[in-house]
Amino acid sequence: MEILDLSKDSLSAVNQKLQAATNLDRQWLIENPGGSHAIAVGLEIPIQVTVNGSTGYYCAGMNKQATIKINGSVGPGVAENMMSGKVIIEGDASQYAGATGNGGLLLVKGNASSRCGISMKGIDIVVCGSVGHMAGFMAQSGNLVILGNAGDSLGDSLYEARIFVRGSVKSLGVDCIEKEMREEHREYLENLFKIEEIDCDSKEFRRYGSARQLYNFNVDHAAID
Amino acid sequence: MCGIVGLFLKDETLHSCLGSMLTQMLSTMGDRGPDSSGIAIYNSNTEGICKVTIMSDKPEVDFDIIKNELRHVFDDEITAIKRHNHAVVNIPKKKFNIVIKEINRICPAVRIMSSGSRIEIYKEVGLPGHVTSLFKIREMKGTHGIGHTRMATESEVTTFGAHPFSTGMDQCLVHNGSLSNHNLLRRKLAREGISVKTENDTEVAAVYLSWKMGQGYTLEEALKQSLVDLDGFFTFLVGTKNGFGVLRDPIACKPAVMAETQQYVAFGSEYRALATLPNINSAKVWEPEPATVYFWEL
Repeated sequence: MEILDLSKDSLSAVNQKLQAATNLDRQWLIENPGGSHAIAVGLEIPIQVTVNGSTGYYCAGMNKQATIKINGSVGPGVAENMMSGKVIIEGDASQYAGATGNGGLLLVKGNASSRCGISMKGIDIVVCGSVGHMAGFMAQSGNLVILGNAGDSLGDSLYEARIFVRGSVKSLGVDCIEKEMREEHREYLENLFKIEEIDCDSKEFRRYGSARQLYNFNVDHAAID
Repeated sequence: MCGIVGLFLKDETLHSCLGSMLTQMLSTMGDRGPDSSGIAIYNSNTEGICKVTIMSDKPEVDFDIIKNELRHVFDDEITAIKRHNHAVVNIPKKKFNIVIKEINRICPAVRIMSSGSRIEIYKEVGLPGHVTSLFKIREMKGTHGIGHTRMATESEVTTFGAHPFSTGMDQCLVHNGSLSNHNLLRRKLAREGISVKTENDTEVAAVYLSWKMGQGYTLEEALKQSLVDLDGFFTFLVGTKNGFGVLRDPIACKPAVMAETQQYVAFGSEYRALATLPNINSAKVWEPEPATVYFWEL
């Protein structure tokens, strides 16, 4: 285990060490994050990083392949534009968690605030608690799974992402509708819960998606959902 | 961008540390706004005394003239403590209006930053680390305080464009965001006979809240009504004699984090501002909901 201490080392030095890592078996531990911004960003190799404490803006941004776990809460824009890999947050996430993410998994064990998964493009986001307003705003593809409740305007201006909610939805956004939960959707959730060891019944979820009235949709160009 | 902080101390043993805690919190937020910084601090109440914070560009000259002339009229009834280019003048409440009139007559260029039984405001151009050291904020005691570090958008970078803005007795406001209908509201207030001293949008919001409370609204009611009457982005932190209130606009783009323990309630634009507070790791930490008024009082 390699320990990096942000009370002693600069943020650039810490990120450069992580980005230059070659030993894929080595575990990295970042101590004393103190709410700093842009911790563990731009990692392109499958290393394991744990951050012990809460972070500021853009933690784990642009992640590719790495597994980054935060033992605390995170500021705005966690895992923004993630390409692949996994980001796990033990606490809560602030605004626009997983924004524009292309792939990988973002797992928030607490709550996420507003605009979670805004403009997501293929990432899977699981929030074990509730999400604030405008979750999945303009989401294009991927899955947003909410075990708690959703705030106002869920899925506003949605494209082709799928949204699953177990609890209540305060209101749906423009062009977002409830859709049938088919077997393939339940299978997707059951598989996800099994892999992530989440104790949850897929039958409790409702599915939401785009009514396809707002954007110029041509079914021939879409993947079947 | 701007950074705002607030601290409300429930534990009396921390009162002597209020200035140093606020200094630390605000200095951490310096990179959210390098243009100007300010702090409102609420400390002990002296029975029958009103405190007025005044500011001058020529404090060595103006404060001496004011001191001599006031002594001539009021003997030793009025005392003052000078800090950099600000001074806190202690005035018997019964003589408040007449003394203010005298100060304005003696030195029209001297500006009044705040008045009230507990509030003191210190603000100046520059980063919070520098500004707080000019006024020795670290040494100050009190029950609660709010601070602001400014990235200017709506008006010029001057002492008077700095936050907090105080427009009522013991009231003040700091703001992260920008209001888009402040000129409309400024004209509306002018028709009511209420003037706003600067071109700053936040001052309009402060005057608006004071105006509403002058009409009999409670702070909570005034803040709720501001959701209807104000257009734009805002996270507001409002200081009053006995506490502070928090309000975010319904879209809530501007960040806000709060922490509460048995010893304090703290507000920061970012978690970084709270990271050095005592027992922060075991504090309840959360983001205030949009369009929801929060309030803590003594």
